[in-house]
Amino acid sequence: MSTSPARKILWAYVVLYIVILYFPVVLLPIFSFNDSATPTFPLKGFTFKWYEGLIGNETMLKAARNSLIVGSVASVGSTILGICAARAITRYRFRGKSAASGLIMAPLFLPEIIIAISLLVVLLGIGANLSLTTVMLGHLLICLPYSVTVLVSGFEGFDPSLEEAAQDLGAKPLRVLRLVTLPILAPAILSSLLVAFTISLDEFILAFFLSGSEPTLPVYIWGQLRFAAKLPNVLALGSLLIAASLILLTTAEIMRRRAERRLAGR
Amino acid sequence: MRSEATRGWLVISAPLLYALLLLIGPIIVILANSFWTQDYLTIDRTFTLDNYRAALGEPIYRDLLFRSLKVSAIVSVVTVILAYPVAYFISFHGGRAKGLWIFIITVPFWTGYLLRILSWKVILGYKGVLNSALLGLGVISEPLETLLYSLNAVIITLAHSWAAFAILPIYVSLEKLDRTLLEAAADLGQGPIRQFLRVTLPLTLPGVIAALLIVMIPTVGDYVTPKLVGGKDGVMIANAIQVQFGKASNWPLGAALAVTTMIIVSMSAALMVLALQLFRRLMK
Amino acid sequence: MINISNVGRRYGTFVALEDIDLQIKAGEFFSLLGPSGCGKTTLLRLIGGFDVPSSGSISIDGAPMSGVPANHRPTNMVFQSYAIFPHLNVAENVAFGLNILNLTKAEKQARVDEALSRVRLVGLGSRMGSQLSGGQRQRVALARALVMKPKVLLLDEPLSALDKKLREEMQVELRQLQQDIGITFVLVTHDQYEALAMSDRIAVMFDGKIAQIAKPQEIYQNPTSRRVADFLGGMNFLETANMRLLGENVVADVAGFGTIANKRRGDEMIDPAKATLGIRPERLRIQWEDEKAKNEISGKVLSRHYFGEVTNLVVQVEGQPRPLSVVETNDFGADGIPVGSLVRIAYDEDAFVLMKE
Repeated sequence: MSTSPARKILWAYVVLYIVILYFPVVLLPIFSFNDSATPTFPLKGFTFKWYEGLIGNETMLKAARNSLIVGSVASVGSTILGICAARAITRYRFRGKSAASGLIMAPLFLPEIIIAISLLVVLLGIGANLSLTTVMLGHLLICLPYSVTVLVSGFEGFDPSLEEAAQDLGAKPLRVLRLVTLPILAPAILSSLLVAFTISLDEFILAFFLSGSEPTLPVYIWGQLRFAAKLPNVLALGSLLIAASLILLTTAEIMRRRAERRLAGR
Repeated sequence: MRSEATRGWLVISAPLLYALLLLIGPIIVILANSFWTQDYLTIDRTFTLDNYRAALGEPIYRDLLFRSLKVSAIVSVVTVILAYPVAYFISFHGGRAKGLWIFIITVPFWTGYLLRILSWKVILGYKGVLNSALLGLGVISEPLETLLYSLNAVIITLAHSWAAFAILPIYVSLEKLDRTLLEAAADLGQGPIRQFLRVTLPLTLPGVIAALLIVMIPTVGDYVTPKLVGGKDGVMIANAIQVQFGKASNWPLGAALAVTTMIIVSMSAALMVLALQLFRRLMK
Repeated sequence: MINISNVGRRYGTFVALEDIDLQIKAGEFFSLLGPSGCGKTTLLRLIGGFDVPSSGSISIDGAPMSGVPANHRPTNMVFQSYAIFPHLNVAENVAFGLNILNLTKAEKQARVDEALSRVRLVGLGSRMGSQLSGGQRQRVALARALVMKPKVLLLDEPLSALDKKLREEMQVELRQLQQDIGITFVLVTHDQYEALAMSDRIAVMFDGKIAQIAKPQEIYQNPTSRRVADFLGGMNFLETANMRLLGENVVADVAGFGTIANKRRGDEMIDPAKATLGIRPERLRIQWEDEKAKNEISGKVLSRHYFGEVTNLVVQVEGQPRPLSVVETNDFGADGIPVGSLVRIAYDEDAFVLMKE
């Protein structure tokens, strides 16, 4: 590889870009171990006490449990609906397909506040109580475009003859699904589950409007921000959330790549 | 055996129905609401344009709309200009690690939306990271007060939040670019800068426009950033919408504000796409 | 064996297949040959049960196939992409269909081993599907289908993904395999040499219809239409005048060649107004100085194209509006004939090909 001065400058720029990109994300964990009630430099010393402070916090644990439930339901739901959409998009040609898929992808391109308030108005209008269920409904909607994106890329490398070959060798439709379709798509499906779960875990606006009296973790954190004294605890909790997201996303990416490699060997 | 089209519609029906029921339906309801009036808890369903008169006529809402548009326009332009070289680097010099680069760039976007904004609050605060660092280095003698709770803070935070997202469409359009075109340009005597200006940039313009839109549309309606780092001067339209659906309890006005925002955003988007098409025609 | 009667297939307004009537015999190596989009793959998929005809019927071994899905048909398919299951190894791929039958483990193993040795893949059983080369994938696909002991093996362009050398080897090997097992093979291909080299009979298809069904020699030497003749190798179409029926012969005045009489085959109906006369390039011979043939024409060499074992000379013959192509082996120095020189060309009287349309 030749390295012209122009390319060196470009390289340095990209490195700087990534450093700045990660700076705020790395900052939170740093201060979460800092032995000081305010996040300022210079650092005061290492401590676990902000993490320890989270342990007995019932409200926080409840919020974490809520996030877990919402994330699980939303990710499973959006993956199931996503499989349908991705299959239709990659396998069939029909008029209006781009309109239909555009509609499904629309939440990606709308300000979240508009999705949130319109759902809120309708849900209150039909007399529904705000609860975790309403958050799940909303999260499923905004996770769906991400699931579809992940699954479409998984389905695209999937040769339709594989299913025909299985049928040709005597397998009934359910057996084809169990022995061929699902195992080959498993990494893409898992990847969609993880990505959707991460989106839901991280989502604030919809949860804020639709959760009623049962907060998810981001809504709980939002509530804690009013109290300056709680900030270090929030930083600790936030660091844990970021760590969880990172692990989930990395796993999803590894899954996606494995699927890609496997299907590429045609 | 049913026709391919019928089967296609059947398979896509479930997710489509979901999107229709939970997205399009509610947006239609909001649209209807924006033509009604609310008196405390009762809604009067006679058609009126009063809410739109208020949304567009009253200085406070007009200013908020204008400010939101300005902020999102600045954010999207800054984001795209800063993102282009990164997308270019990954596409042209990423080698076999392209996927990894994209992953590294996009990860912060997926993690801790609320927390990243919080982090900027910590960085820009009066006793925050930036001030304490600058003080420690002796660059300034007392903390800067204008860092946090300003429109600039909103712009910085939003630009950072959406940085990664802007890279994707640009990267995709760069990947689609036929590299032999550049070789052809070089063969015809064009230097690297002219190759970029006359081939690469025009052909990746759709990606640039897509990146502008993909950043502009969500940032217009951002709620958390102005709330956390914007202060009084950084309030945006989403905050006003939230107030109408919360404390002020005037749903129709909130709905009208939301609809107006959507229409203005769609119009600017359409304008950009039109400009792109015009540009293309001129190129031919 | 396979009886296809009056089969049609439409997709909306698009007619993919029209009025297909075809009988394929037991133990026959039958090829469907045609350009892409001619409907040959659609026909193969109808036989395999991956698609259903819009009209007409198909029966295999006397049993009507309407309503019978692919998994219940006595056919197996080698797919164009080979469709090797990437998550299974070679042995698991081959055993995929056997798992549905009630076999003991030993029986299953024996059949897998037999199939693998038939396609010369012994020892590769544990290799993953995604780690195979193109040639190996093709063999696995073959073994996976053959292990089911089908009555009919369907092959959808099985050699098109291989490079030339391997393709030619596999042509010989596939033909040998079919002779050994003795089952019916139905092959779809767009490569005329492949079809000529392997088949017992060939059906040439254009635009969803069958143009001609015949043995390879017959289809090459006596194509019934200009299109078939053109699709299978080179053909010099000749300018003729006054074509007429004369007893058992079709007679025509061919500019430069004189009056040529062509014997009609059997009781074929020939419409002189539509018929065309042609001659294959390799049936024209360059005459060297001391040679003298009964039938000769002369012409001027316009261009010369060297192909290694043969040379193609483009020669303008007096009277013919289009130059003729002459393919000559290089043993006597045809590759050295200068462009622009005058040559004498010999031909046999029986070398002419009469095409009905």
